Amino acid sequence: MRILVVEDDPILMDGLKVGLGLAGATVDDVATCADARAALAASRFDAVVLDLMLPDGSGLDLLAAMRARDDATPVLLLTALDEAPDRVRGLDAGADDYLGKPFDLDELAARVRAIARRGQGRAGPVLKAGGLVLDPATLSATVEGRPVGLSRREFAVLAALMERPGVIRSKAEIEERLYGWQEEVESNTVEVHIHNLRVKVGRQFIETVRGLGYRVRRPA
Amino acid sequence: MTSLRRRLFLILIAATGAIWLCAVGWIYLSSRSELEHVLDARLQEAARMVHSLVAGGNIAATPLAAEVPGTTYERQLSCQIWSLDGRLVARSGGAPEEALGDPAEGYSERTVNGEPWRVYTILDTEKGVRVMVGDRIGLRDRLVRDLVAGLLAPLFLVVPLLGVLIWMSLWRGLKPLNAVARDLMGRDAEDMRPLAPAEAPAEVRPLIDAINGLFAKVEAARRHERDVTAFAAHELRTPLAGLKTQAQIALAAGDAATRDGALRRILVSVDRTARLVRQLLALAKLEASAPLALKAEVEAGALLREVAQLSAVPARIGVSLDPALDALRLKGDRETLHLVLRNLHENAIEHMPEGGSIIWRRLPNGLCVEDEGPGIPEEELPRVTERFFRGRNKSASGSGLGLTIASMAARRLGARIELENREARPGLRAALMWS
Repeated sequence: MRILVVEDDPILMDGLKVGLGLAGATVDDVATCADARAALAASRFDAVVLDLMLPDGSGLDLLAAMRARDDATPVLLLTALDEAPDRVRGLDAGADDYLGKPFDLDELAARVRAIARRGQGRAGPVLKAGGLVLDPATLSATVEGRPVGLSRREFAVLAALMERPGVIRSKAEIEERLYGWQEEVESNTVEVHIHNLRVKVGRQFIETVRGLGYRVRRPA
Repeated sequence: MTSLRRRLFLILIAATGAIWLCAVGWIYLSSRSELEHVLDARLQEAARMVHSLVAGGNIAATPLAAEVPGTTYERQLSCQIWSLDGRLVARSGGAPEEALGDPAEGYSERTVNGEPWRVYTILDTEKGVRVMVGDRIGLRDRLVRDLVAGLLAPLFLVVPLLGVLIWMSLWRGLKPLNAVARDLMGRDAEDMRPLAPAEAPAEVRPLIDAINGLFAKVEAARRHERDVTAFAAHELRTPLAGLKTQAQIALAAGDAATRDGALRRILVSVDRTARLVRQLLALAKLEASAPLALKAEVEAGALLREVAQLSAVPARIGVSLDPALDALRLKGDRETLHLVLRNLHENAIEHMPEGGSIIWRRLPNGLCVEDEGPGIPEEELPRVTERFFRGRNKSASGSGLGLTIASMAARRLGARIELENREARPGLRAALMWS
């Protein structure tokens, strides 16, 4: 799950980055509307956590601009103005959810997961493919009811593939889900993770499509 | 509590009563003089009548004429006929034996047997008689009194009626005031809608306009207060959210490095939030306090050294003071001056790149601090003293309150803050100037 956080307070920003990271998300952070626009143009995110009062403008304007160009990325507004009219204005401007500061980190993570899975067209909280079940809330995986220990990165790779079973994911796409901008991408990591995953959950789930990428077979 | 209606009622009753009393007095006096005139004419006429009846020399009059049967004003007129040698020849019934009036011809007044008389005398030397016709003045007075009493009697009936009328008129007349009072009384404390002046009469309108003006002022003050509170809440909630998030991370983190990082950030955030609270309190205090008398003088150099010591200065940023500042004495109370200088000082340090230094300089009519930060975009300069305004080149730890506090405190000192970007190199020059 790759999340863009737009927040100008450095300490809160750091907290969101680390906290959502602990919840299994890859977080990119920007502090201004301008940077947020650039980030949205450059990458695909599963969800955006957007502060309303930004130094170079209102998060609402950024949100309105996103919706105007048919950017359907789920957006959670994060703001200190949490009177009912503010919430209504935010939701009517195209936000998917709204959370007032200060908030509970676990609640934020849960809400972000919720809007992200809706953005992927899912309602159920777990990802399923065959006998493989992934729970993004607990970062746990089971194969035929048997728990499997996965690292954070392995979980992210598997989740990226299982979000859209049957669809081929390129190596670059998977890398984008794994690393934020500031992180150094190690070469061959995707191959290494796929290899480890096949060992842990079983070879039959992940298929290599030569020259294109990987996919998880659609359940029959 | 005085009632406007009672007051108006008393004034109107007193004024009406006074006018009426004057009218009564005037009627009394004019009736009296008119009556005297008429009665005097009657006296004279009666005297002439009696005189014409008296034949020359031998008077064949009954010495004592019979009394006329009484009316209310019985025995009003009395008549005496005297011979020139002072003998009472004849008199009417009820007339005293003593001479009623002066021997000379004409009107006279005299008291006979303790009773005042008004008399007309005719002296006829040819006939050798003196005719005196007199009126009891007491009776005349009674006549005037009865006349005036006749005028006054209905008046005393009318006065209460008039009072009731005035009271009712006042009640009706003051209705618009009652309506305004009812309107105001029925409102709750939040309701600041203006009163409708259109329905009010012209006399009440100034009052309504004044009340509406007050409403507008109170409403504006309250809106301002609400805005400030909302802003303060907003500015406090973000660091609180940061604190909570970092605390949750510290609790949840599996590894020591993450936990230590979160705890360190909590410390930084607590310091920053404490500063924000200090600034909010300083701002509230500045807004609440009255302008002060400027008598004391404070030495600038010593104060700046104190400020520099109090404010945390990152290790690689230098602070230098112009030696001329030691000789500069600033007008104003120490606390307010300290507030201005500290906020300017902290603002300068916040925007400093590592390795530079801020410089305090003396100016002809004040002092200034120069930093080597990015400065303030020209279009933002007029807005940076607004509450919570944080421009494009904001620092990480700023609250958006420092320059607001500095400029408000400067105004209290009778001075002003002037901000300009440095010309030779990037940086801001913030000056505290007395004009």
